[in-house]
Amino acid sequence: MSYFKPINKHPNLEKNKLGLTRRDYEGGVSTLCAGCGHDSISACIIEACFRLNIEAYKVAKLSGIGCSSKAPAYFLNASHGFNSVHGRMPSIATGANCANEDLLYLGVSGDGDSASIGIGQFIHAIRRQVNMVYFVENNGTYGLTKGQFSATNDLESKNKYGEDNLFPPIDLTSMAIQMGASYVARSFSGDRDQLVPLIMGAIQHKGFALLDIISPCVTFNNHDSSTKSYDYIRNHNEAMGKTDFVPLGEEIKTNYDDGSSVEVKLHDGSRLSLEKTDHNFDPTDAGKSLELIREKNKEGKIITGLLYVDNKCKPLTEIMDLPDKPLNTLEQDELCPGSEILEEINKGLS
Amino acid sequence: MENPVKVDPINSLNDFVIKFANVNGTGSASANQMFAKSIFRMGIPISPKNIFPSNIQGLPTWFEVRVNNKGYLGSRGGVDIAVAMNPQTYSQDVEEISEGGYLLYDSTWKRNFNRDDITVIEIPLTQLCVDSFTNAKQRALFKNIAYVGALSPLLEIEYEVLEKLISEQFVSKPALIEPNIKALNIGRDYVLKNLPYPLGINVKREDKLKDKILVSGNDACGLGAVYGGATFCSWYPITPSTSVAEGFEKYASKYRVDPQTGKNNYISVQAEDELAAVGMAIGANWNGARGFTATSGPGISLMSEFLGLAYFAEVPLVIFNIQRGGPSTGMPTRTQQSDILSCAYASHGDTKHVLLFPEDPQECFEFSAEAFNLAERLQTPVFVISDLDIGMNDWVTDKFEWDDEQKYDRGKVLKAEDLDKMDNFGRYLDVDDDGICYRTYPGTHPEKGAFFTRGTSHDEYARYTENGDINEQTLTRLVKKFRTASELVPDPIINLSEKQGSSGVIFYGSTSAAMYEAKDILNENNIEVDLMRIRSFPFNLDVWEFIENHDLIYVIEQNRDSQMRTLIMAEGGISAEKLRSLVWFNGDPIQAKFIAKKIYERESQQALIT
Repeated sequence: MSYFKPINKHPNLEKNKLGLTRRDYEGGVSTLCAGCGHDSISACIIEACFRLNIEAYKVAKLSGIGCSSKAPAYFLNASHGFNSVHGRMPSIATGANCANEDLLYLGVSGDGDSASIGIGQFIHAIRRQVNMVYFVENNGTYGLTKGQFSATNDLESKNKYGEDNLFPPIDLTSMAIQMGASYVARSFSGDRDQLVPLIMGAIQHKGFALLDIISPCVTFNNHDSSTKSYDYIRNHNEAMGKTDFVPLGEEIKTNYDDGSSVEVKLHDGSRLSLEKTDHNFDPTDAGKSLELIREKNKEGKIITGLLYVDNKCKPLTEIMDLPDKPLNTLEQDELCPGSEILEEINKGLS
Repeated sequence: MENPVKVDPINSLNDFVIKFANVNGTGSASANQMFAKSIFRMGIPISPKNIFPSNIQGLPTWFEVRVNNKGYLGSRGGVDIAVAMNPQTYSQDVEEISEGGYLLYDSTWKRNFNRDDITVIEIPLTQLCVDSFTNAKQRALFKNIAYVGALSPLLEIEYEVLEKLISEQFVSKPALIEPNIKALNIGRDYVLKNLPYPLGINVKREDKLKDKILVSGNDACGLGAVYGGATFCSWYPITPSTSVAEGFEKYASKYRVDPQTGKNNYISVQAEDELAAVGMAIGANWNGARGFTATSGPGISLMSEFLGLAYFAEVPLVIFNIQRGGPSTGMPTRTQQSDILSCAYASHGDTKHVLLFPEDPQECFEFSAEAFNLAERLQTPVFVISDLDIGMNDWVTDKFEWDDEQKYDRGKVLKAEDLDKMDNFGRYLDVDDDGICYRTYPGTHPEKGAFFTRGTSHDEYARYTENGDINEQTLTRLVKKFRTASELVPDPIINLSEKQGSSGVIFYGSTSAAMYEAKDILNENNIEVDLMRIRSFPFNLDVWEFIENHDLIYVIEQNRDSQMRTLIMAEGGISAEKLRSLVWFNGDPIQAKFIAKKIYERESQQALIT
């Protein structure tokens, strides 16, 4: 069922440039389990949209099927949402994006949705560089059907019933980088400080942005032998340096030692400033990113932070030479060639 | 000319069947099309048919042209002239020739065909081309043009018409005009110098094709989509539907580019599979762009889950299904009408879809454009169901027409100013009591009109619900909407005979051409029938009235299981005895004499009984 919260607002709540409070970015009451990582991610999306002064009605929330795919109902009530079919959100996003590229597309998916049934659509949306933020709320399990293994579950990780997982995991971040995703980050639902700026950066980025967010399933995959439990992630998370999102026209406040930070300019002029823990790492070098992910995987660490960014990529609508005016606003006189031209066509066919 | 002919050669003016037997991938298609078009240009009705394998190079392929001054465009059966260019199939090709018919073959390698009842025309085409061209590729390619040149005196095809076709075809590559004309002359000159001409079969200019064009159904569908305002096309390659998307791209790239900016006012995306193709089209429509996908039977199977979503979430969508031979991969390059039920009820759960059945390219154009109005008006998937025969063959058809006064029907869409005047927006509120609710595009209004589109059960405000009564109401409203649809879709075309109490005939789509001819054959044999050509589903009152008014109705279709008959029985509770099924499903286009014979047998039996 969908439940909506009463709209009582405290008069002293902080307002953004649009005069809106965080409450204005909320959605319906979540029906996910108490403590579900997905709810924390929804809260971070709300925070990022609030801070970026996003007009919620200019956002389209898209999802497939699964616990993660329910999440769009729990943030941004003023946005249109589309809860489609299992694993097929990327195609809906592709079509919607071509019809109107002026909206912000937030696609919310899970590991079943993206790494199994929908892996083909996921890859092809990346390959086409659909301009969207693609969240994978990754918990390594099929929650709604009661705890089966997903394709991102680690080899050594057992399920709740103690059964062994026989097949190796798919690393969505490496795959996305190889397929041409132009903004790839991994984070943890429990690390709000890291996640919010990464979401803000992804929103301002033009092109396909993947956020692979480890989001523990408190009911089916939060046990001692799981590698996607809160405890395991906290113990094995190797967060890259702090990421700051710096809006257009603002100064970078944090000062790092020379050579220890890198700045990435986004399409609207805003910047991401990344603290570098490893001086050799360059997030604009796909080869180095892949190497880093592979090394950390080997060490049994979960590397989180902004892993790769290409701020010069061309999104699908540019590749296809679409007009600035969205296709869904074109009127009949712009679309229909009319009877005179049809007469010409007839002549060519006679 | 050899072989003393024992049977009189066929004598026929403007009425015959010629069949070209070629090897696919050898460039015969354009020569054969040029042949067909030359007769069309002489004002004589033709119906060309490609009979081709699912293969790129090396297998047998045929091109059959029926020339018929009465304008019968269905497949006739039988071959009067064979142009046999493929030694692999000589025996079959020669056997098919009617008594008194003609065989033209490449006599560079002489053969004896053991048919003393046909006229054999020997032209050493390979040798002639080897003598005249140095390039190996040209030698092979121009053999095809050379036999067209030879047919010019043999059949009395106006030579200037052929010359003009060549210069038109190569208008952008003028260097190719000269060698093509040369090849044409090689064949022509050989006949003029060495063979008696013309044959007993020949053509003579008529004036039967005023306001007619020659075009394929798929080209017409693509053009119809441009005229219908489609801006989004997503597709996955599949025979025989691929040329719908290609047709759309061809016309859109010409007529849909913004003159100021040079940008494309359309997009065509080749998807990774049919699931993605239909998903993208749904996404585009959800966002207010007119979008479509084109596919064939296997694609419909793959798209079924999404079709249920579009039905239940009420998202407009246009799907072209160019049917081919099934089941499974079936006969991908042959024709059938065997996806009627899989489209009518596509997807799990209680679903029903709007179907349109064009009979020829002219109607493909018309229905293609109209499908977008219907889809947006009804907020549901609309199928344009054609088939390989209509889609991939060129047809003589009425020229396309467009009324500039007629405006697109964008359906019930609320703008920001509408929402401002409203207190209570519910996406699935049946405000007008016609089963169709009001929708909004994303991004319309800062505070009002947002809703959550979902395939899960939902209430009138698009909220998820597991309340069974509410879900029942939604499903019942969709039935009401389907009734509304029956008032909007194209009417059947009914043609009643003079005689009271005649049996009825129901048919649709590409069966039409054969049916019109069959009716004339039956009439000549003193049998009258009442015709109803179904053009859409859901069936409207006219359809039910016709069925009600007839005691016996033949339902003619190109599938094994009489799918349209089943649909009529299921939807109208019509008794099985009343609807007599008459099916043809060998993958070739249905023939008039088959229909006429079957009906004749049954009707004369009936006459004996009564």
